[in-house]
Amino acid sequence: MPQFFFEDFSAGQVMEFGPRLVTREEIIDFASQFDPQPMHLTDEGAKATMLGTLGASGWHTCAVMMRMACDGIVLNMASMGAPGIDEVKWMKPMRPNDQLTLRITVRETRASRSRPQMGFVVLFQELFNQKRECIATLQTPLMLERRGATTARAGG
Amino acid sequence: MYYLEDIRIGEKSEIGRHTFAADEIKAFAAQYDPQPFHMDEAAAARSHFGALCASGWHTAAVCMRFLVDYRKKVVAELRAQGKPVATWGPSPGFRDLKWLKPVYAGDTITYATEALETRRSQSRPGWGLVFSRNTGTNQHGELVYSFIGAVFVESRRT
Repeated sequence: MPQFFFEDFSAGQVMEFGPRLVTREEIIDFASQFDPQPMHLTDEGAKATMLGTLGASGWHTCAVMMRMACDGIVLNMASMGAPGIDEVKWMKPMRPNDQLTLRITVRETRASRSRPQMGFVVLFQELFNQKRECIATLQTPLMLERRGATTARAGG
Repeated sequence: MYYLEDIRIGEKSEIGRHTFAADEIKAFAAQYDPQPFHMDEAAAARSHFGALCASGWHTAAVCMRFLVDYRKKVVAELRAQGKPVATWGPSPGFRDLKWLKPVYAGDTITYATEALETRRSQSRPGWGLVFSRNTGTNQHGELVYSFIGAVFVESRRT
C-alpha cells in the first residue's frame, strides 16, 4: 500500500533525490530508439551543433527525471498519474557521466472538484548536475488519491 | 529542413503511426516509469486506468522519433530538389503537454505536427524559434496526446 496520499503534501515542501549517474551508453541507447539526431548519438555529430559534444535528448532528460521521482517518492505515493506537464525548460544538455540530483518543490495542492476521491499536487522539479548547474526544470500537476478514498485497488 | 522564413504556419502533417505492444510498454516503464499500471496487467486492472497503459513519457518519446524521421524525409526532399537545407535544433523546451487519455496496450496512435508561430531569436543572431503543436490520436479518433514544442531554426537573415 502507498505511504503518501494527497493530504500528506502542502505548498513549500522540498525533497531532494539522487545522485544518479548517466552513462554514455544510456544516452546513445535512448537516442537511437527515440531521438536519433546526430548531436545525441556521437561527439562528432554534435560538433557542428549548439551542443558541441554529445548531449542527451531532452526527452531522455525528462524520462530520467521521472525515474528519479519514482525511486525518490512517486512509487510510495497513491499516484493516479498526471494529466500533463505545464512546462519543461531544457537549459543545458544532460551529458555522459553526469551525476544528477533532483529537487522537487510542492508548488500548490488543490482538491479535485469533479472527483472527490483525489486531488492535485503541483510539483516543480529541478534537475542539477554535479556542478550544481540546473540543467532542466519541469512543472506537473500529479493526481493523488485522498486518504481513505475507496478505490478498486482495495480488492487486490 | 526549412528555413525559418519558409515554414508554413497552420499546415498539418501526419508524421507516423505506432501500435503500442504490451511488451514495449513494460520495457519502457521498467527503465523510466515503473509505476504498477505501466508494468503489470493485473495491477493495472486494479488501478483507475483499468488496463495496462503506456507511460506518458513513452507516448512522448515515440512522437519525438516520428518528428525526427519526418524532418529527415523533408531534408531528403529538399536535397533532391536542389534546395538549401536549414539546421533545426536543439529545443529550449515545451509547454502545455497533455496526456488526455491513457494509451492502452494494443492502441494505435497517429501522430501529427503543425507549425503555430515563428519568431526571431533575441539571444542567437541568425536563428529563430518555431512553435509547433504536436498531437497523437488513437484508433477511435480520440486525441490522446498534445504539446507545444519550440525548436531553434536557422534563419535566412543574419
